[in-house]
Amino acid sequence: MNLTMLNIRRDICGYCGACVSVCPEGALELIDAYLTVEDACINCGICEKICPLGALEVIKE
Amino acid sequence: MKRQYDMLVVGGGPGGAFAAKTAAEKGLSVCLVEKRPAIGTPVRCAEGIGKELLTDFLPPDPKWISTDIERAELVAPDGFSMLLEPSKAGNEVGYILDRKVFDRELVWKAAEAGTETYVKARATAPIMRNGAVAGAVIEQHGKKYEINADIVIAADGIESKFARWAGIDTTVPYKEIETCAQYLMTGLPIDSKRTTFYLGNEIAPAGYLWVFPKGDGTANVGIGIGGDKSGDGHRAKDYLDRFIAQKFPNGKTIELIIGGVSVCKPLASTVADNMMIVGDAARISDPITGGGIYNAMYTGRLAGQTAIAAIEAGDTSREALMPYDTTWRASKMGKAIERNYAIKEVFTRLNDEKLNSIVHSISKINLEHFSTLTLLKELMKANPSLLLELRHLRSVL
Ligand SMILES: Cc1cc2nc3c(=O)[nH]c(=O)nc-3n(C[C@H](O)[C@H](O)[C@H](O)COP(=O)(O)OP(=O)(O)OC[C@H]3O[C@@H](n4cnc5c(N)ncnc54)[C@H](O)[C@@H]3O)c2cc1C
Ligand code: SF4
Ligand code: SF4
Repeated sequence: MNLTMLNIRRDICGYCGACVSVCPEGALELIDAYLTVEDACINCGICEKICPLGALEVIKE
Repeated sequence: MKRQYDMLVVGGGPGGAFAAKTAAEKGLSVCLVEKRPAIGTPVRCAEGIGKELLTDFLPPDPKWISTDIERAELVAPDGFSMLLEPSKAGNEVGYILDRKVFDRELVWKAAEAGTETYVKARATAPIMRNGAVAGAVIEQHGKKYEINADIVIAADGIESKFARWAGIDTTVPYKEIETCAQYLMTGLPIDSKRTTFYLGNEIAPAGYLWVFPKGDGTANVGIGIGGDKSGDGHRAKDYLDRFIAQKFPNGKTIELIIGGVSVCKPLASTVADNMMIVGDAARISDPITGGGIYNAMYTGRLAGQTAIAAIEAGDTSREALMPYDTTWRASKMGKAIERNYAIKEVFTRLNDEKLNSIVHSISKINLEHFSTLTLLKELMKANPSLLLELRHLRSVL
């Protein structure tokens, strides 16, 4: 089972798409004004690191 | 929306708009889809462009020009500042645009040329036939449409997914994304004819901070830092807030702009059967300045021209579209990207001491042209000790 997950803080995200470009799995998508994450996410944390606002967090359960 | 076009353009930024306009003007049937409800917003740009680059595409219009820039200031990590004034030698500098109006104008022109345009319309998958792109699934207002096209232009910007869905890896290495934050601010005590660039590992590690005036004491005050320098407590916005608290404590913020700029090498191939990739989606912004408006317009137009020739010849295979790829790589823009990538690799590793010594040396140069190439060549002459540091660059200069 996948024990980690990527949490998108919609209240912080400014839907800029920077994270989408660095995701090695193509798991993120920017749908106009909101961001989605698909199952392909491997919780590598790259997107979390580069977000200009800090809207992403890999949560370990 | 029809079911079949000569060309389908995914994305309504400067790249997509120029591809569509160019092809539609020559009579191709063109459809452009943009996922946002309004072209050009939210802005993800500092809006600076060199004058001679712009006039290559359309005559300047006060409608979308915020300010006419005459000089630039470069501030070293130690606070030493110097002015670059190519305008004194009669050379043109640049404009700060109003991208909301500019981008809209470009799509407008594409529409006038005959492009069918759809907003709040998102490409969600390519249509693949025999392993090649043959169109796209478009979602708009809760409905799905299958749009077939002889050629698809992926002009979907930094967040591009289209080429990836079609099998091309477009991932930007995270060290090579400039993570950016910017405020449009007002009430600033600034020179409205001067752009300012701040350098330094404390101020903007592996990037720079900019103040681009927009007239009447307003400016885009923004920053880009290297992706590997970003993390909790030291993100682009943290650096920017710190700078503003110190430098413009009385400025008022009227807009927050964020985004990513790729400073990696361009995609290894920007063509596939029935598809061309343009602008930010092709990862072709300038690795030093991060500028990509011109590059998007240039590749968009070139893709449009290539599409016309390919459709006329009845061959839209990868081979037939290859002239698009080889032409932009051999162009002045392509060469500049290659050179500036090499320069960036050296510059992002310099410590503040070296950066200081560079800015001090530049201040002694009488610069008549505003380009990274002339700047570097002069720099090598003025600061021979730098030669050692930059020796790998000799071949590219
Ligand atoms: C903070 C910042 C500052 C910058 N400053 C400058 C500067 O001063 N000067 C400069 O020259 N450049 C600058 N740039 C870069 C410049 O903004 C881009 O290079 C330029 O916008 C690229 O144009 P484009 O047409 O390729 O992509 P974009 O302008 O990004 O357009 C792509 C469009 O495609 C749409 N789209 C994406 N996916 C889909 C889909 N699936 N379906 C439909 N539509 C889709 C998007 O909504 C978007 O409108 C800056 C960038 C940033 C982030
Ligand atoms: S990089 Fe951050 S702000 Fe930008 S879309 Fe991704 S999560 Fe949102
Ligand atoms: S954690 Fe890694 S795999 Fe998951 S969305 Fe972010 S970048 Fe992609």
